[in-house]
Amino acid sequence: MEKFNTLTSRVVPLPIENVDTDQIIPARFLKATSKEGFGDNLFRDWRYDKNDAPISSFILNDSTYSGSILVAGKNFGSGSSREHAAWAIAGYGFRVVVSSFFADIFKNNALNNGVLPVVVSETFLAEVFETVKNDPQATLTVDLENQRITNNARAASESFEINAYKKNCLLNGFDDIDFLLSNKDKIEAWEKQHG
Amino acid sequence: MGKTLFDKIWDKHVVAHVENGPTQLYIDRHYCHEVTSPQAFQGLRNRNLKVHRPDKTYCMPDHNIPTLNQSSPIADLISRNQVDTLTKNAAEFGLTHFGLGDPKNGVIHVVGPENGLTLPGMTIVCGDSHTSTHGALGAIAFGIGTSEVEMVLASQCILQTKPKRMRIQINGTLGKDVLSKDIALYIISQLTTGGATGYFVEYAGDAIRDLTMEARLTLCNLSIEMGARGGLVAPDQTTFDYIKGRAYAPKGDAWDAAMAEWKQLYSDEDAVFDKDVVLNAEDIEPMVTYGTNPGMGTGISGSIPTLEEIPESSRLSFLKSLDYMGYKPGEKMLGKPVDYVFLGSCTNGRIEDFRLFASYVKGKKKAENVVAWLVPGSWSVEAQCRKEGLIEILEEAGFQLRQPGCSACLAMNDDKVPAGKYAVSTSNRNFEGRQGPGARTILAGPLVAAAAAVNGCITDPRD
Repeated sequence: MEKFNTLTSRVVPLPIENVDTDQIIPARFLKATSKEGFGDNLFRDWRYDKNDAPISSFILNDSTYSGSILVAGKNFGSGSSREHAAWAIAGYGFRVVVSSFFADIFKNNALNNGVLPVVVSETFLAEVFETVKNDPQATLTVDLENQRITNNARAASESFEINAYKKNCLLNGFDDIDFLLSNKDKIEAWEKQHG
Repeated sequence: MGKTLFDKIWDKHVVAHVENGPTQLYIDRHYCHEVTSPQAFQGLRNRNLKVHRPDKTYCMPDHNIPTLNQSSPIADLISRNQVDTLTKNAAEFGLTHFGLGDPKNGVIHVVGPENGLTLPGMTIVCGDSHTSTHGALGAIAFGIGTSEVEMVLASQCILQTKPKRMRIQINGTLGKDVLSKDIALYIISQLTTGGATGYFVEYAGDAIRDLTMEARLTLCNLSIEMGARGGLVAPDQTTFDYIKGRAYAPKGDAWDAAMAEWKQLYSDEDAVFDKDVVLNAEDIEPMVTYGTNPGMGTGISGSIPTLEEIPESSRLSFLKSLDYMGYKPGEKMLGKPVDYVFLGSCTNGRIEDFRLFASYVKGKKKAENVVAWLVPGSWSVEAQCRKEGLIEILEEAGFQLRQPGCSACLAMNDDKVPAGKYAVSTSNRNFEGRQGPGARTILAGPLVAAAAAVNGCITDPRD
């Protein structure tokens, strides 16, 4: 897994609530047997019409906005557990998703793919949307080590939560399987005790 | 202080605590399907790993299979490759596999319980969010991502942060023709789709105790749609009667030993929940959704909210959703036209659902303008429909059964609702494009679906 430490980037704003994983990557694109290529179909049905022509009003097709931070309305990533959603977001080039609320499974899937979900307050989120609307060049800085996110245009900053274990994994590029395999004796002990 | 049922099962399965981090939890049962597993098996190969406990994983294709002509090779080559990949992976890693055409094949969350593979007190995972279904038997069951599938295959463990506990009590008696699907859609409409995020739910109260096992499976299935990791119901005589005699259920002395353990599976009187929700069964009527998430639901006699009833910050999303559906704020749902009806899925693809649907359409005729897809959740459900004469009743009314699979619930195969068309669906998600690009989904229970199929519009099945 790719390491993550600090990122300063412009942002792509998506002020829609309850963005579900079927929107992030529709089911008909889940037929692949590898993790590659999903970024091309990120938000497919919001991004392209039925003739595969880009829909100009959708934010990913608006060249005014770019960056490796996606900022979305509350309850991002609800619905299906498909990790393909995290692969699509990572594959497109996002390293951070900011929202006031994430669905549980999506949050885990993102973290397992080196994408950092940052939970901010409703106020902070509304301010970011406002800032970027006024100045599409505006940037956010996400500092994982210090667990702080800063809206640089306003010099407004907030701390965010992440458990110490996952933080360490991201900072160092470790994944959970490395950890679990290092615990094999405990697994076997549990199995012995519980038949 | 007493323990909740969730805590009793969770605590027993703790292998280790990670300092300042998640819990390492042992998994008793792992279900595996074709869509979310290929990358996990490849991950094992890349690391040169074996499956730690091949005896605890059961594989079957369900998401991406046709519901017609299953004995012929799958026409879509990419789908065929994905289904074949599961067959090969199961063989290479020594896992049990109920392949296409196997009498045990079907939708994984239908097959598990009906074969006695899902048992009280278990921890159960699958790379599918509707794994919450299995909680109906008194298990901790939840959906996971593909990285986590790889973890379970490699170590039979998963790293999870312990969720908070919520109890949802439904007191009183359900009205006529009000089903567990309606209970679930009602709860989600009250709590919203994120209302139980971070929680594991225990359903309790008289109305839940009165539910059959299959009705409980429907209810727990929809736990994820309120954001919960999962939902469970304490096992009782209904549960034990359901399990006894099923293919993989314990037998003889093993049954007696299991029963002794299962009878301890309840929340203690003095157990404390992080959140308690109490609702009345009498307030629930048959439900339908009007929007593009399962929380956008109303009683069938009700109306779509007016704009004034929606908080200002949510109006943009609300209007976007109604625009997609071709509806306007404040409109009544009764009488709305319906083009497609889908009976099936891990939510409502069991024998009781087919019995309910058949009971309504018996002696009536399918509306000519409606295309109906009736997809049994498994071959076992199909066989039971045959045995009980339901197929004749359905055929008499103009309906045919297809072959088992997830089908139009997520429309990965050819069962896609065309753009702009309205589908009353007994499945679990009304997201944009869920049943095909541009398709408009109205979620409901099997009786509302049957009434829509006969009348060609949203109709109250109680009329």
